[in-house]
Amino acid sequence: MNHSAIETNALRKEFGAKVAVADLTLTVQRGEVFGFLGPNGAGKTTSVKMLLGLVARTSGEGRVLDAPLGNVAARAKIGFLPEHFRFQDWLSGREFLDLHARLYGIETENRKARIEKLLTRVDLQDAANRKLKEYSKGMLQRIGLAAALLNEPQLVFLDEPTSGLDPLGRLIVRDVIQELRAQGTAVFLNSHLLSEVEVTCDRVAFVKNGRVIREMGLRETRNEIEIELQVKNPTPNLLRDLAQFGKNVRQWNGSIHLETDGESHIPEINRWLVAQGVDVYKIGAAKPSLEKMFLEVMGEDARAG
Amino acid sequence: MRGIFTISQLTIHETLRKRVLLAATLLGFAFLVIFALGFYFMNREVINSPRGAETQAQRALIYIFLMMAGLYAVNFLMVMMAALLPVDTLSGEIRSGAIQSLVTKPLRRAEIVLGKWLGFWVILAGYLALMGGGVLLIARIVSGITPQNIFIGLALILLEATLLLTLSIAGGTRLSTLANGVLVFGLFGLAFIGGWIEQIGALFQNETARYVGVIASLIVPSESLWQLAAYNMQPALMRDLAMTPFSPASVPSNAMVVWALGYTLLVLLLGVWSFRTRDL
Ligand SMILES: Nc1ncnc2c1ncn2[C@@H]1O[C@H](COP(=O)(O)OP(=O)(O)OP(=O)(O)O)[C@@H](O)[C@H]1O
Ligand SMILES: [Mg+2]
Repeated sequence: MNHSAIETNALRKEFGAKVAVADLTLTVQRGEVFGFLGPNGAGKTTSVKMLLGLVARTSGEGRVLDAPLGNVAARAKIGFLPEHFRFQDWLSGREFLDLHARLYGIETENRKARIEKLLTRVDLQDAANRKLKEYSKGMLQRIGLAAALLNEPQLVFLDEPTSGLDPLGRLIVRDVIQELRAQGTAVFLNSHLLSEVEVTCDRVAFVKNGRVIREMGLRETRNEIEIELQVKNPTPNLLRDLAQFGKNVRQWNGSIHLETDGESHIPEINRWLVAQGVDVYKIGAAKPSLEKMFLEVMGEDARAG
Repeated sequence: MRGIFTISQLTIHETLRKRVLLAATLLGFAFLVIFALGFYFMNREVINSPRGAETQAQRALIYIFLMMAGLYAVNFLMVMMAALLPVDTLSGEIRSGAIQSLVTKPLRRAEIVLGKWLGFWVILAGYLALMGGGVLLIARIVSGITPQNIFIGLALILLEATLLLTLSIAGGTRLSTLANGVLVFGLFGLAFIGGWIEQIGALFQNETARYVGVIASLIVPSESLWQLAAYNMQPALMRDLAMTPFSPASVPSNAMVVWALGYTLLVLLLGVWSFRTRDL
């Protein structure tokens, strides 16, 4: 068995003259939560559709779960929540899940328990007998998420799964993704909500104009860390003296930042500050935010395209 | 195969749930009631006719004529159902994106097309059994007469409906709902007019008109199938008169049936291919 859930090489999709995806080359490991980030029109949805066989590739190669793109048998092990979650809206929530479970070929005896469990998971037990037609946007997205998990997939594609959800719904999605990771399910996540991506993803790729321009892990233990602290009345002397603990000491956004080579410096700095008689309001590691990185990678000129 | 049956079940379920079938059935019953009343009073007129001159054969002709008129109406209802019921099934789901959750399941795209086709076919066959059976039963109860070759006749009507159904499904793989409806009805209209041109051409022995009509029938053999059905169900006497709208002056040959079958199969395969190769 191959270890990657997704492997593509120079996948390309053109819609007439419009190049939606120019060159998609990436690998997603089994069991990995992979974030796929990029501005509007970067080609994220089109990439997912190519991987699922919804859209035929113009050129390039790809394998998903060790099968060619669009392979019918492999789809039994794949879950998918589309970007525009529109379903058979004349069915009730429960009927809808039952239909999709049947389409996955799940046996009758397993179906019922699985459906009830998922209805509870997405918090829709109370609405299960109502028609999808009467569902709100967020409810539809929840039922769509449940449908994507019916077959206990090895790989799930979630195309902006929280776009219609309230904070509670987002929390559910976050937990679901974490559960999936714990079960060893790979997740391919398209999202614009970088704070969520930050907490859920193992690795991210940035796409721009249909090209992966940067890939990076979010779980790597970095030695270099940035420390952020807030003290009462910082003086120039204090800033100068802090340089003994690390480099690049600067004041930014109401707090002091400095780069050090490890977390062990945090209590050390704290002790030193207290000994100097400085009032410390806050001290800790400043994570470089994904948002900042996104803007950096994409450049200021990133336009929807 | 499992996929085909699941999808056809879903299709039937959806048609029932959306009350399209209920509306069609109510309409059909209204029609049957009117037909029964008409037939009943006409029959009384014939029996009580003061002239008493009508021979047995003449009476039979009147009955058959009425019956053919009833079946013609049934044929028309079938055409409507066949063209309209499936007109939105693929185009609508493609447009809304609902189709994406189907085609990403472990089933072939062909199974989706064939499953929908089968589901609608079962509905059409059921509708024909109800309506055609109703007309024949009413006629039989009132007059005691049943046209000949009814099974051949009904089978030909079903084939006509199947052909239009297949066109509607195939068109829906690429066209919008509206364009698809226009296409299917346009083709039906073409065949309809072509059929009449052919009949009139035959009546006046105008070869060019006949030729035009035959070409139209080849493009869409729906109307020819009805004419063949009508021809088969009426007695020789009425055929020879060739004076009613149900007695074709130019009888489509049996080769037309073969052509219609092949045509339907071809359009169905084309529809499957067209759905398989499109982006969703
Ligand atoms: N069916 C289509 N025909 C023509 N162009 C298309 C089609 N689908 C997508 N595109 C174009 O391809 C590009 C990529 O679209 P895509 O939907 O993949 O972007 P995205 O990254 O998912 O954007 P968003 O963040 O807004 O969801 C866009 O420029 C879009 O206009
Ligand atoms: Mg998108």
